[in-house]
Amino acid sequence: MNDVVLVLPLLIPLLTVALSLLAWRWIAFQRAVALIGAIALLGASVLLFQRVYSVGTIVTQAGAWQAPYGITLVADLFSAIMVVLAGIAGLMVVVFSLASVDKGREAFGYYPLVNALLLGVCGAFLTGDIFNLYVWFEVMLMSSFVLLALGGERPQLQGSIKYVTLNLVSSAIFLAAVGILYGLTGTLNMADLAIRLGESDRPVLVTAVGMLFLVAFGIKAAVFPLFFWLPASYHTPPGPVSALFAGLLTKVGVYALIRMFTLVFVQDNAYTHTLILALSGLTMLTGVLGAVAQQEFRRVLSFHIISQIGYMTMGLGLAGLVESTELATFALAGSIFYIIHHIIVKTNLFLVSTVAGKLCGMVELKRQGGLYLSQPLLAFLFLVPAMSLAGMPPLSGFFAKLSLIKAGLLAEQYLLVATALFVGLLTLFSMTKIWSEAFWKPLPEESPASRNPPNLSSKQMRILLFPIGMMALLTITIGFCAEPVFSVAMRAAEELLQRDGYIRAVMGEAQ
Amino acid sequence: MLTLLAIVTGCLYAAGTYMMLRRSLFKLILGLVLLSHGANLLIFTVGGLTRGHAPVIDAGEDVPTSPWADPVPQALILTAIVIGFAVLAFTLTLFHRAYQTLGSDDPDDLKLSDQ
Repeated sequence: MNDVVLVLPLLIPLLTVALSLLAWRWIAFQRAVALIGAIALLGASVLLFQRVYSVGTIVTQAGAWQAPYGITLVADLFSAIMVVLAGIAGLMVVVFSLASVDKGREAFGYYPLVNALLLGVCGAFLTGDIFNLYVWFEVMLMSSFVLLALGGERPQLQGSIKYVTLNLVSSAIFLAAVGILYGLTGTLNMADLAIRLGESDRPVLVTAVGMLFLVAFGIKAAVFPLFFWLPASYHTPPGPVSALFAGLLTKVGVYALIRMFTLVFVQDNAYTHTLILALSGLTMLTGVLGAVAQQEFRRVLSFHIISQIGYMTMGLGLAGLVESTELATFALAGSIFYIIHHIIVKTNLFLVSTVAGKLCGMVELKRQGGLYLSQPLLAFLFLVPAMSLAGMPPLSGFFAKLSLIKAGLLAEQYLLVATALFVGLLTLFSMTKIWSEAFWKPLPEESPASRNPPNLSSKQMRILLFPIGMMALLTITIGFCAEPVFSVAMRAAEELLQRDGYIRAVMGEAQ
Repeated sequence: MLTLLAIVTGCLYAAGTYMMLRRSLFKLILGLVLLSHGANLLIFTVGGLTRGHAPVIDAGEDVPTSPWADPVPQALILTAIVIGFAVLAFTLTLFHRAYQTLGSDDPDDLKLSDQ
């Protein structure tokens, strides 16, 4: 039974892709299958989470070959949380796509691609094998390449070239690092790697390989100074695609960083985690400064992704540096809580930006306006995630930032805490900029929307607002129920830091 | 043999990086290809070079008689080559389309999405 629950989040998107591809010309069928598939994926992920929460880490060995020989699929609480988040973001984006993606893209496999992307993301979260992780990354990247370029508009093509190139470089580095790791240890299973690297007599080489992984995942997670592809590409595809990318793709990089640097590379924390901590501070700062300088809705949001990644890696860096286990758990829980908050809020903000762009006919903030007057509900639904992103109480972002800053203070990293607070302030500044430009000021005369008003039917509008409303509701709920959510994050962090449980679950009791 | 392969791998990385830094999209693709070949050869080399000993378990034994060649690196490389091939095909198509649409193969002209 456990095996089935573990494999369902992979089988459902795979089946959805296959069914949609079989009905290539029958778009209505593809839409229905994508919607049912996304609902089923969310259901399966919740089932997995509930299972992992009640019985602990669950493991299955593909083909029944014992670890470390077979390929392991494993879900601990952290993986399960990530799969649930992927399910939520996936469902919301699919619903949003039903009313916003144009016929041309739908006819060229938009829905199967979205599901293939979800397949890759879930696979990356659930695998326990480092080479398998590479393969899932490629599944995810390949679908994201096509989704990004689909449509072939000029900015899209330019953005795709940068995105494709840098991600391929990252994959080559990842692959080389996997190869060296195999040469060092003779294993690819992550739990087995954790055991064998602990016994390794060449610690310097191990740290060097760790740095290769840091670069490879750092590119995918858009960590300073490897983030340039992100603001160059994320604003070019259609809104739901950028929402899906913004919510999930960089977070897979962060997930891989957290997994590798809590499970496998923990031999030289004083070096690796100090580096991660320094990179976090710089990532926050450069991201938010980039955002302040931007004048386009989605580009502002793209730069904010980068600055938020800094917060997520901050908890990881702190967890590796502090002496006390309790504080390390608290810091890492802060990171996990931040990821939970961020995926929902960021996906939502990109969806809002798409609706705003459709209503105003333009994407530049200067030429948008008047949305508070014409769409008060949308304005309110923007305000919830925007204020949450900036860290206003009582929304989810406040508790996420609070826990990280408290952990930073307890770890006596005052410079980093000051950076984090300053970045929060600038985030608030650029959110209010969007608010006053797109929502508050009157619609400029020269805007195309003032000449010919947008033709969004009320039914279309309802479908567009439904996922936005649901995710805003979720943001508020996480804010008001921060305690239970945080306790789940604490448990996940505890499991991550006490590696023995994970290793024993994968390798069997014999170890 | 090990030294030779190490040098070849290094040369592939160097050549790949150099090609990627040239001002041409086509050379960028060549650079990516060389880089992935470098990674594959690296896996092959660090996986250990053992000649003439197939990892076959003799009758009546439980494990192959030592020394034996490790088959795993080859399986990894095979997977990586297949993935690399698919990605290369996509990249070629994308870059060709970009060249047609944008009328330039100079990466310095790709500033539209950065403004």
